[in-house]
Formats: sequence, C-alpha cells, structure tokens
Amino acid sequence: MNDYIRMEHITKRFPGVTASADVSIGFAKGEIHALLGENGAGKSTLMNMLYGLLKPDEGVITIDGAPVRISGPQDAIAHGIGMVHQHFMLIPKFTVMENVILGAKLEREPLLDTRSARQKILDLSQRTGLKVDPDARIHDLSVGDQQRVEIIKVLYKGVNVLIMDEPTAVLTPQETDELFAVLRNWIKDGNTVIFITHKMREVLEFCDRVSVLRDGHFIETAQVSDIDEERLARMMVGRDVELQLQKPPAKAGATVLEVDGLTVRADGGIPAVDNVSFTVRAGETVGIAGVDGNGQLELIEAIMGLTPAASGDIRFKGSSIAHSTPKEILEQGVSNIPFSRQTEGLVLNFSVRDNFILKERWHKPYAKHGFLQNKVIDSTVRKMIQDYSIKANGPETRAGNMSGGNQQKIVASREIERPHDLLIACHPTHGLDIGAIEFIHKRILQERADGKAVLLVSTEMDELLALSDRILVLFKGQIMGEAPATAKAVQQIGLMMLGKSAADAPA
Amino acid sequence: MDFLAIFNQDFFYTAIRMAAPIILAAVGEVMLERAGIFNLGIEGGILFGAFLGVLGSYLFQTPWMGLVLAILGGVVLGFVFGWATISLGANQAVTGTGINILFLGLTSLLARMIWGVRDVPLTVPAFQDISIPLLSDIPVLGPVFFRHSLLVYVSYLMVLVASFVLYKTTWGLKIRAIGEYPKAADTMGIHVIAWKYGMSVFGNVCACVSGVILSICFMNCFVDNISAGRGYMAVACVILGQWSPVGALLGGLIFGAGNALQMRLQIYNVPIPTSILLVIPMVLALVMVLLVRGKASARPAALSKPYEK
Repeated sequence: MNDYIRMEHITKRFPGVTASADVSIGFAKGEIHALLGENGAGKSTLMNMLYGLLKPDEGVITIDGAPVRISGPQDAIAHGIGMVHQHFMLIPKFTVMENVILGAKLEREPLLDTRSARQKILDLSQRTGLKVDPDARIHDLSVGDQQRVEIIKVLYKGVNVLIMDEPTAVLTPQETDELFAVLRNWIKDGNTVIFITHKMREVLEFCDRVSVLRDGHFIETAQVSDIDEERLARMMVGRDVELQLQKPPAKAGATVLEVDGLTVRADGGIPAVDNVSFTVRAGETVGIAGVDGNGQLELIEAIMGLTPAASGDIRFKGSSIAHSTPKEILEQGVSNIPFSRQTEGLVLNFSVRDNFILKERWHKPYAKHGFLQNKVIDSTVRKMIQDYSIKANGPETRAGNMSGGNQQKIVASREIERPHDLLIACHPTHGLDIGAIEFIHKRILQERADGKAVLLVSTEMDELLALSDRILVLFKGQIMGEAPATAKAVQQIGLMMLGKSAADAPA
Repeated sequence: MDFLAIFNQDFFYTAIRMAAPIILAAVGEVMLERAGIFNLGIEGGILFGAFLGVLGSYLFQTPWMGLVLAILGGVVLGFVFGWATISLGANQAVTGTGINILFLGLTSLLARMIWGVRDVPLTVPAFQDISIPLLSDIPVLGPVFFRHSLLVYVSYLMVLVASFVLYKTTWGLKIRAIGEYPKAADTMGIHVIAWKYGMSVFGNVCACVSGVILSICFMNCFVDNISAGRGYMAVACVILGQWSPVGALLGGLIFGAGNALQMRLQIYNVPIPTSILLVIPMVLALVMVLLVRGKASARPAALSKPYEK
C-alpha cells in the first residue's frame, strides 16, 4: 500500500518523559488504520502532532510525498486532516447546526446566514449515512447521536483524513457497528480513517491495518488479516498476556444483597432508578450493563446510603439498609470501588497510606483510643504495595502523583482487604491498560471464588462477559432484562442497552 | 394628594433617562459574561469613567474630550482586568471587588488633588439634551422619548447592536460558544483568549461611558461615589434579563422607574424619610433577583471559570 500521509522520525519530549521516540508511520488512502497501544504509549500525542495541537521536537510530516508544516488545527484542516476528540467538543445548549458551523467560514460572514450551511449538512448527512437533525439541541441527543454530530462537524470542513480518538468508548455494540459501517462507506472514496484505540477486538473486526505503539516507540505496522489477538497483545504489552481468564462455575450461596422495587429520584424529581429489583448471592457476580447515565450512579449511591430511596427496600444479609447511614452500611460489610477513583475513591492530595486507612481509621489495629497507630499502618500499607504491585516509592507517595492504574490498585486493595461480604465494583478498569486490567480482573474473580457477593457495574462488554455470571441491563433507570454472560448474548444485551425489553430482543 | 399624579409625563421621562446608564453598563456586562467572564467591577468602571469624563471636559473645555478620555480609560481597564482574570486566572469576583474599592477611593482622592476640597463641586462643560426634530414634537411620546442627551440614545441603541451581534452574526456565535465551552471553541479554531480580551475591553468601555452619562450628561461635575450602586444594579439586570441584551434593557427600565419614583416622591414631600426612598431601587433589585433565582438556565456554563488550555 502506498502511504498518503507519512510521519517520519517523529520525536516529542515532555519534561521527564519521551512521549514519541523516533516514530515513523504511514497511512494510506482508502483504509481504516488502527493505532493501538496502552495508555501512555503515545497514540494521542502522535495524533495531536498530526492535528497540529502539539509540535514535534524532531521529524517531518509528508502528505503525498511533500513535506508540510502543521502548526495548528487550522493548518491540519487546510491539509484535509480532521480529528474527533475522545471528549466531545460540543456545546450542549447549541443546535447541531450551530455546533457544526462554529468557526467555519460562512458565505455572508459575519452575518449568521445558515441557509447554505443547513443544505450542506443535510447533503453530508445523506451522503455518509450519518443521520442528524440540524435543529436538534445537543443536550437532547443520545451519546451516539452526539458522536455523529462530531463527525459531521469535522467532515463539514472538507477533510479526507479523519482521526478518531477512542470513539467507541461510549457506544453500545450496535452503535459501534453502525459507526464502522459509515466509516467503511466513507473510505471507499479514497478517504482515510485513523482510529486510536486500546481495544483489540475492534481492531480485528473493523480495521484494515494496525500500527502498535508501546512506551512512545513504534513497534510494527501489520495487515489485520495477518494477525491474531495473542500477537497483538504481545506487541502492545511486550509480554504474553492471559486474555481469557479462568472463570470456574459459580458456587452461589445465600442471598447477600436484595434490592426490592427500588426507586430513586434525581434532582428534577424524575426517577433515575425506576422500580428496580434484583438479588446478588454469595459467590456469584452480577453484572449491570448499560450506557453511562442510565441510573447506574444513582443505584449504587442508594445502596451505599449516599442517596435516599424514594420507595422500595434494600436488604443486606436479610436486614434493611435503606435508611442506614453510609458508615453503618460500610460497617456491615459492603465494599465499593466507586465510579471515579479520582473524585470518589481517593483523596488525591493524601498519601497512599492515608488513602488506605480512610475507611478503617477508627478501627483496631489502625487506631487505639482515638490515636492512629502509624507503625502498624505503615507495615500494612507496605505489604499492600507489594501484594498489589503498586508502583509507589512508599506509603508517603501522594496518590495524585500516581498513574491511573496504580491509583485504581490502591482503591481496589483498600476495598478488598477490609472486612466485607459484598464488593461493588463500578467501572473498575476504566481507562486502565491491559496489564492493570488483567490484575484487577483476577482480583475480582478471586473475590467470587472466596465466596463474596460481587456487583459489577460496567459499560465494557468484554469486562462484563469475563467476570459476571449473569448480566442485568439498565436503561433509563429500569432493568430491561437479564442475560447470561456468554458471547451469544451480546447482541441481545446491546439491544436492551438501547431500550428494547428482553421480550423484544430475543437471544 | 392624588398618588397617580406622580406617574406623569415627567416621571416617564426621568425613568427612561435614569435607566440609560444602567442599561449601557448591563449590555456591556451581558457581552462580557457571554464570553465567560463575570465582572463585578462595573461599579468601579462607572466611577472611573465618570471621573475621566469630568477630567477630560475640564482639561479641554469640551465634553467630547471627556468622552474620549473615558473610552481610553475603559480600554486600559479592560486590558488590566483581562490580564488579571484571563491571563493570570485570578478569581473574577475578587478582582472586580478590588476594582470597585480601588476606584471608589482613587476617584475621590484624585478629584480632591486636582480640584481641591470644595463646598460646591467644580462644574465643567457637559453634553446638552438633543431634541430630535419632528419626533420630539409628538404629543406625550415626544417629550418622554426624544429629548434626551446623545449618550442616552446611544445606550438604547447599544441594546439593538448587542442583540444583533450576539444572535445574528458569527461573532456572536463565537462569543456564546466561548462562554459555554471554551475548549470546544478552541478546537474549532476560535481565538478564545483574544475574544475574551475583546469582550473585557467592550464591557469596561461600556461601564466607563455609563459613568460619563452620570457625570457630564446628567450633571456637570464629579461627586464622590457618583455611581451610587448602579454597577451592582447592572449586574442584577444581567441576571434578571437572563443574559440577553433585551432582558438587560427591561431590567434597566425597572431600575430607572424605581429611581424616578424615588425622585418624584421626594419632590412631592411624601412623609417618608429620604434615606428610605433612596433604598427603593435596591429593594427592587433584591426582590427581582430572588424572583428569577433558580431559573438560571441561560447562565453561560463556563461563566467565571478561567480558561486554561
């Protein structure tokens, strides 16, 4: 394949770290090219240089063989390169059209004359199959719709190279399929898609070529047809990875958590959790699937006593905890890996040690007569750092200075090591790389094997399948149905995530 | 006494007139807040402009030079406020409060240093009211609407200009985008920082010209604390008017009416102490802000958050 764009010997250094080390890589016309790597491998840095958000320290970029200087996004767009960012750059109060034409040149500048712009958006929508309503307001749209707007916004500028930074992180499996159908269609006209990801499955399923980066170094570009998952994982991590974890059949025991007709109202009074009932038994893992923002947060906060239940009951080992305080609930033996390690799980300004004893600070042996027993705490924390292979200089390391994977390990170690019968794990591997995911997953499976009840909330299908025994799907606060954790059920789960009930979504 | 007699032609004329400086300052603040910057320092800007207006008129013996000096002062103030809040990321409310305290003291001090301590303030040439030919002869409406000072007309005109720019031009779209989600605007190639500086200058120039209306349109001299809380009323108008120029106009008119009412009640010798009458516009402000409390959906999402790349 002849490369249309080439990045040659690109080096980019940040204080203390080389984000790109002499990377040479090329992208051809008419392909979906995956850029695969762990967090911190330098994928986004490399693409930010192509899009002009960062300047390379060394190296050249050529388009069609001719060297180009890209010193800002405007230059990139002028060269036909557009980028869809991981976090949507859309203004919620604006309409679709206002978002699309923002910063674009209009015919009767500076007058806001939108007639021709509207036509152009409708034409683009028609041609690419990206259905959008120019007059809809962004805050009324689903995440999938918003992503279509993001793509239209970039295509509107007439680009022929589209960089997409982890676009599938927020999509249901169906939406992902749709997205790639559109992209496949779009590259037929000789356009290029560069697809940044850390999900190997999507590379194998949807892409033509894949380039792997590791620690800022270019590893290899390969035809997807010539490669398998094991080899990709090895290229990515630099060692063999256990992709399929052993999940022995569940030995479910007594009911530990019982949620019964639970309704939780959000700020506006509308039910965020709507008449939800389910149970979790000792020794089994129940997965809660669903697109973010469908009541998962409110459900877990209600169980943890952080949000009052409007009606219904929550029972833990037979007794109601619906009106208990968070501390009482923790004391009874509920552990929780919360949704955000940075805002809920950890106090970033605290040391590893202080974070570790947050929930046990009043208990022996960590405290006696109201005084912290620093020697005991230190030795426990040192052991924890070793057991969970947390990369920290010692108990005094500030949590905020650690990587996401290590932060999550602190949270996980704290929750798993304190006395508990129920572990709630919310997005436990969000934003982590394969190595760290493997580690956390093993720990959660171990919990199940140890006879704990586990409630797993996740948006990652692979994670739900790997860890759960059965999967409940939340949509707009309601449970749409239950499915077994098998690859066959993925389609059904995906449909339920879009609001189809189990009856409408046959397995 | 017939209470309704208070609401005569003169009342409405006064209401329109008294509303103008508040409206002008509020329109400037609307544009500034739409770009994501909360300027509590309008009060200081009005004082500064009022002082510079008198100074210019005193030095050159023409009110036009007062206006020019006040505009220049607004430009400088806009850059200083912008430098502190945009470039340095200082807390906007605190910076604004600092400006208010600074100019309350500074203008009084400079007035004494330049013109000395006097029983009666020094008077300077002022802008005269302009009767618009034909229109001002219309019965009732003419005298109420068309016999004002030039800058009063400008204030009302500015509402139309600001509305047009904000909603009918790509500039307005950019400004609104910056106030909602500056990072998104940045990725669309909009110069966020430059626009924010621009709006800081615009808002502060409006405040300074508002001060000129007070000192050399309504009066012909500078007195201590001549702004008398109008800057804060302008901030209230922006919230009342839900961040739209027309809304700010309506808010300004209510304050203008409150002011006019208070003045007429004084003239009619109503047996209420003057100091209580003077509070009327402030009480109005408080009541109205409480009325729209919680309905702040139009509030720019990134208001008063410094933008860092």
